[in-house]
Amino acid sequence: MIKKIIVIIITTFTLVSNLHASSDGELLLKKNEPSEIKDCSETFNKASFAINQGLDKVIFKPVASVYRLMPSPVKTGVSNSLNNLSNLVTVPNNLLQGEFALAGINAGRFVINTTVGILGLLDVASYLGFEEYTKEDYGQSLAVHGVGPGCYLVLPVLGPTTARDTIASLANFFGGDAWYNVTVKNDTHYFRDVDYYSSKVTSGVDFRAKNFDSLENLEKNSLDFYASVKSLYLQDRQQKILNSQKVVETQDDSDWEEIETQ
Amino acid sequence: MIKKNLLVFSIVFFSITLNSFSIEPDIFVQSTVNRASKLLGEDITKNEKIEKLKVIAKETVDIKGIGFYTLGKKRKSLNEQEKKRYAELFEEYFLKSFSSRLAEYTNPEIDVQGKERLNENYTIVNSILKATNERPEIKIDWRIYTKNPENPLIRDLIIEGLSLARTQKEEFASVLNSNNDDIEALFKVLEEFSKN
Repeated sequence: MIKKIIVIIITTFTLVSNLHASSDGELLLKKNEPSEIKDCSETFNKASFAINQGLDKVIFKPVASVYRLMPSPVKTGVSNSLNNLSNLVTVPNNLLQGEFALAGINAGRFVINTTVGILGLLDVASYLGFEEYTKEDYGQSLAVHGVGPGCYLVLPVLGPTTARDTIASLANFFGGDAWYNVTVKNDTHYFRDVDYYSSKVTSGVDFRAKNFDSLENLEKNSLDFYASVKSLYLQDRQQKILNSQKVVETQDDSDWEEIETQ
Repeated sequence: MIKKNLLVFSIVFFSITLNSFSIEPDIFVQSTVNRASKLLGEDITKNEKIEKLKVIAKETVDIKGIGFYTLGKKRKSLNEQEKKRYAELFEEYFLKSFSSRLAEYTNPEIDVQGKERLNENYTIVNSILKATNERPEIKIDWRIYTKNPENPLIRDLIIEGLSLARTQKEEFASVLNSNNDDIEALFKVLEEFSKN
């Protein structure tokens, strides 16, 4: 298993460094600019989007509406333990992005929250003053090393993504996600497949519940809901890749400068 | 000597007067938020809230500016008559969309936390929408147009790093794209939204 991870890390490093050795912020901003990302398979994407809307109405929305009625400590606990599990993907990606200190901090966060924080239910690390946690994934690592997003995609059930992020997410199933390894791949006898899949479904419900009103509001007030979701998803991806929520770093202001009304 | 004193007095007086009329963007945002929050907490019908929110929006948001930003490159190819029609339709659409979104909230608590001046035209004001039982804390940044410091105006809301104006711009571009870039198609969609 360790051998596999090492092979994947070395292969990924070689691949990304050969593709484009650039991590320049301006180039990253331009490459991941939402309006520049092509919707190459719009017909397929719109069909997937319709399927996902149907699934949302029948499954996710009703479940999320019940979930959000649960007491806050329960929801916070669930959210904390899902975040804690995601460290297993974040830490290798901190390393792939050259963020060695952050990898150490997040590894420490995982150890503390899993033990003292009772399997991640309590975010003890934050109480201890650890840096604010930011998730990382293999798509973000490829982007940081200069790989462009490719076309925008909407996958049935899984939702919006890009060609780069879809390919990169396969790394999770080939040794890149320790949680997948110990559950689905049965490297240990402590967990089962259902643990992995239920964590993914819970993650989806948790996201839907947190954004319940915003999504309702967005759908009700959109002229083109598909375009709105696409724009919001790609903006979110862009700021995650840039690791910044600062408007000056994530937005191209040139269009604003041309508007004169006063 | 009298002339000199008069000159100094005039300069001091004018600089004080000019400064006293300019409104700091963060104070402008906090006072706008307080106005809206007070209104949303009032015991009146939803429709009454919507009408009063529209009044606040007209005074504090640069609706025309947002409209032309939202139109993207297409704004350059419109004639004066089309621009005028678009500005009217956009205002109706914006006020309906904005006020019905806000009217869903009751007593939202927003705290202004800081500001960052981008240039003489723009300042970003940072704020936090406090968490409730149903949703976590939300970070909201406000793009304030400060070309006229006496009358700052809101041009964009950036929620958790996601720009509403930019989303709207890409939405309008999609409507135009799927209708052969025909502005009349966008006019029709805007009209239908406002009527419903």
